[in-house]
Amino acid sequence: MFYRLSGTYHTSYQADRKLWKIPTDRWLVIGLLILALLAPLYVSPLYLGSYVLPWVIWSAAALSLTLLMGLAGQLHFGFAAVMAIGAYASIHLVRAGIPFEIALLLSGLISAVIGAVFGGAALRVKGLYLVMATLAMQYLVDWVVVNVPAISGGAHATLRTPEVSFLFLPIESLASRYWLALGWAVLLTVFFMNVKRTSFGRALVAIRDKDFAAAVIGVDPFRTKLMAFFTSSFMGGVTGAILAFCFYRAVTPEQFGFNVSIQLVAMVLVGGLGSVIGSWLGAGFVLLAPIFLTNLVSGLAASGWVPVSQNFLSHLPLMIYGAMIIGFLLLEPLGLAKIYDNIRKYFLVWPFRHARS
Amino acid sequence: MAYFLELLISGALTGLMYSLVALGFVLIYKSAGVPNLAQGALVMTAGYAVWLVMAWGLNVWIAIPIAAAIMFGFGLVVERLLLRRMVGQPVIMVVMLTLGLEILLRGMVPGILGSTPKPIDLGIDFAPIIIGDVFINRTSLYGGIVALALVGASLLFFRTRTGTKLRAVSDDHVSSWAVGISVERAIGISWGLAGIAAVVAGALWGSSQGVDWTLSALLFPAVAVVILGGVDSVPGVLVGGILVGVLGTVIPGYLDSVAGGSTRDVVTSLIILLTIMVRPFGIFGREDIERI
Repeated sequence: MFYRLSGTYHTSYQADRKLWKIPTDRWLVIGLLILALLAPLYVSPLYLGSYVLPWVIWSAAALSLTLLMGLAGQLHFGFAAVMAIGAYASIHLVRAGIPFEIALLLSGLISAVIGAVFGGAALRVKGLYLVMATLAMQYLVDWVVVNVPAISGGAHATLRTPEVSFLFLPIESLASRYWLALGWAVLLTVFFMNVKRTSFGRALVAIRDKDFAAAVIGVDPFRTKLMAFFTSSFMGGVTGAILAFCFYRAVTPEQFGFNVSIQLVAMVLVGGLGSVIGSWLGAGFVLLAPIFLTNLVSGLAASGWVPVSQNFLSHLPLMIYGAMIIGFLLLEPLGLAKIYDNIRKYFLVWPFRHARS
Repeated sequence: MAYFLELLISGALTGLMYSLVALGFVLIYKSAGVPNLAQGALVMTAGYAVWLVMAWGLNVWIAIPIAAAIMFGFGLVVERLLLRRMVGQPVIMVVMLTLGLEILLRGMVPGILGSTPKPIDLGIDFAPIIIGDVFINRTSLYGGIVALALVGASLLFFRTRTGTKLRAVSDDHVSSWAVGISVERAIGISWGLAGIAAVVAGALWGSSQGVDWTLSALLFPAVAVVILGGVDSVPGVLVGGILVGVLGTVIPGYLDSVAGGSTRDVVTSLIILLTIMVRPFGIFGREDIERI
């Protein structure tokens, strides 16, 4: 009914390979894109700056991580460190007088090279050991960032981002920062949807499913794993730079700590591993649900409906966040993407219960 | 030289206290094959449990067994409600589930019981023992002795009837089922035992630095200990603990003033990384051979 299949016949391979085979999907995406582009016009600056903008940027980060975790199956618990490298590199490059556009690419490259070193561990181990190795690297990068004054500007310093312009447009107003972030996130989304259809994407999936078996059929695990870490870290590095320039605008090492890495993994898992829409939904959910629920409870507490202490309230976001991770893993391990998929499948044949087959 | 000796001894004792935390991790990994990243939070919860029972006015030596009973039950409940549904899922799911539990406990327990550090008085004198020029912290000393005793007890435990079952389960779940061992119960027991180990660790660490959420940060050195010693080896916990403790105390003792502090985390990270690069299964761990 809503996703009408009637009249949709794919008579050529070209049509069958479309990104959105059903017209409703295509119109939905176009509509959402227009809504997102026009967001600065109808969303109040407070909401745009503190909810929508971080959502867009973290979605880009989740997309970068899910390329590695969802497609290539390489666990990474140090992705915040990769983003930190991108953020700090871009700030120092811009300060050195390099144009912002090139600085973004260069910071991505620097992150990619260092991120590929992270990937070195993946060539030796997998599973739990890879988690531990990337976790250790997160601590190492954190320590280097904090303790090398040339990078962080001192142990507890805050590094302000310089004013920049992107393609001759100054990135100063909230709307321009939002559009830059949105542009990057959309670019990543389109890239991600297409990478699944390339030989590289298929090699990643083969490595994820069983790397020995992939090696047997001629996929070089060494090259593919390193490429996966390289690509994903490049995306993560640029996202880190965007995060620094568009959202934080004053960078401290704590913004890229271990907890942020966990949060990113949570976004990827809650959204659904290796799914595009899952990355967007997961980032939004993990970012906004604790804020929303905490505001709800503190509102109730302020009005005297539920008697809770200040201490409890201050720990509430952590509790909600932890409970959310556990709940999703137990009840819907495939994440929000699967929930959306179920709803979509239901409406594909609605008002009937089943399609043919 | 006295400085070095003091660092060495205090490092070894701290390392033994780390191995108390790591023991719970190994107990669960050995029987269930589950990496329990919530062990730090479990230690924190156990510390709070000991404090809570003592707050009822009970003597510490009665409080610790009661807390151990509580945490044994807690371990059983966690296994029954959360981990049993994760059987057969990929490792990332299990890792994230235990991390989610870690975050939940880190929020809930201090959120309900209060986040200011709680004291646990074990009746240990705070004056250090002085041998020659070397100062030894009494809490660490007793902690080290308790750690040795507990690891010895677990080694003996694996020789008992229940322990043999646990070893069988760790070898192969399906074959254990086939010979009539209740795999579920064995895994539940290992979680309960990890809860008891957490009580001992929580009481000792709590008495030395107070009980608050920072106890859950013990996870990181504990992970280094198990990676170095071998994730499925009980004696490895002792050796790994001493190595991590000594390296993590002696090296920062000389480098902190040069490199600007907190080199302990760097040493711990490097231990994890180098072990994984050189010998992923650790010193005493069993190497898994993978088949297609």
